[in-house]
Amino acid sequence: MIFVTVGTQGPFDRLIRAVDEWAGVRGRSDIFAQIGPSDFCPRHIRSAPFVGADEFKKHVEVANLIIAHAGMGSIIVALELGKRIVVMPRRADLGEHRNDHQIATARRLSENGRILSAMDRQELHERLDDLQNPTTSERLNSETSSDLIRAIRTFIEAKNIRSDDKGCRPDSPGRMHRAAHQPASDASRTVKPS
Amino acid sequence: MTEPSHPGSHVVRRKAARRKLLAVASGGGHWIQLLRIGPAFQDCDVTFVTTHESYRSQVAGYRFLTVTDSNLSTKLRLLKTAFEVASIIVTERPEIVASTGAAPGYFALLLGHLFGAKTIWLDSIANVDRLSVSGRRIGRYADLWLTQWPDLAKAGGPYYVGSVL
Repeated sequence: MIFVTVGTQGPFDRLIRAVDEWAGVRGRSDIFAQIGPSDFCPRHIRSAPFVGADEFKKHVEVANLIIAHAGMGSIIVALELGKRIVVMPRRADLGEHRNDHQIATARRLSENGRILSAMDRQELHERLDDLQNPTTSERLNSETSSDLIRAIRTFIEAKNIRSDDKGCRPDSPGRMHRAAHQPASDASRTVKPS
Repeated sequence: MTEPSHPGSHVVRRKAARRKLLAVASGGGHWIQLLRIGPAFQDCDVTFVTTHESYRSQVAGYRFLTVTDSNLSTKLRLLKTAFEVASIIVTERPEIVASTGAAPGYFALLLGHLFGAKTIWLDSIANVDRLSVSGRRIGRYADLWLTQWPDLAKAGGPYYVGSVL
């Protein structure tokens, strides 16, 4: 089972066409796609414009591979449920997004191996052929970086601090950097009540 | 997102006066990232604000409001969003405003700041090469101004302390 999603930012027909072609060539009939408000009618895959959040999660749960635009919502949900995900970034020059940040996101996150990315139809087909029998991905910890949570919570708990009080700013960015590698006591010092 | 492991579900409703926190995010990745920092809000009285009514069930048990979705290419709707956010800020009078972007979060931090709230901006992890437009512009109004990429951190902010991944 493969779940394809273009997210909430409008259609992304280049991705859907590419997957539809591949499904036709490889005879895959177990693909479902969320295609956005699109006029394109896939021939080999089932589709719906949108799916609700709960249904979205169910589709990801039953799939053993996710194909998506390079949107963080799709990527995070796939990783949270331990699914392999291949992303194709939306391009601004083709009117697929307002800017090219998805290209950078896809590049950076695939560098560290958490996701796979394909820049175009050809690359996508290659990735999909390689993944005909996908293994599960490492499941993302259900909780965010504890240093990030701690820093935000510490900031919230501190009384009456506004940036104009200067008390809440870390002394230096270096200190904030170090907070990420040090225990709570240090992270809490990055945010001081005035 | 409805099972007990959901970040929001950690929040225990206590009678004691808890700080009012407005948690704001547009749909899609912004919203998912807001949920992932949910545990940081566990001692607060949280009201969620987003752009999709369908997300309500993901934060069942919390106050939940929606505003018009908009971005830089939809100027008129931006105005509408700004007015809706303003009315929420005036009604809710949060002590803390937190956002993971984009436009509605920008307005919420800006207006929250004007009304004396402490503000938190966590720029989306999608912005790997440079901060988002709202993320760059909100810097002066964000009391805690964070990026999720170490190489985007600067002296004076945005700072890096970790990411949602």
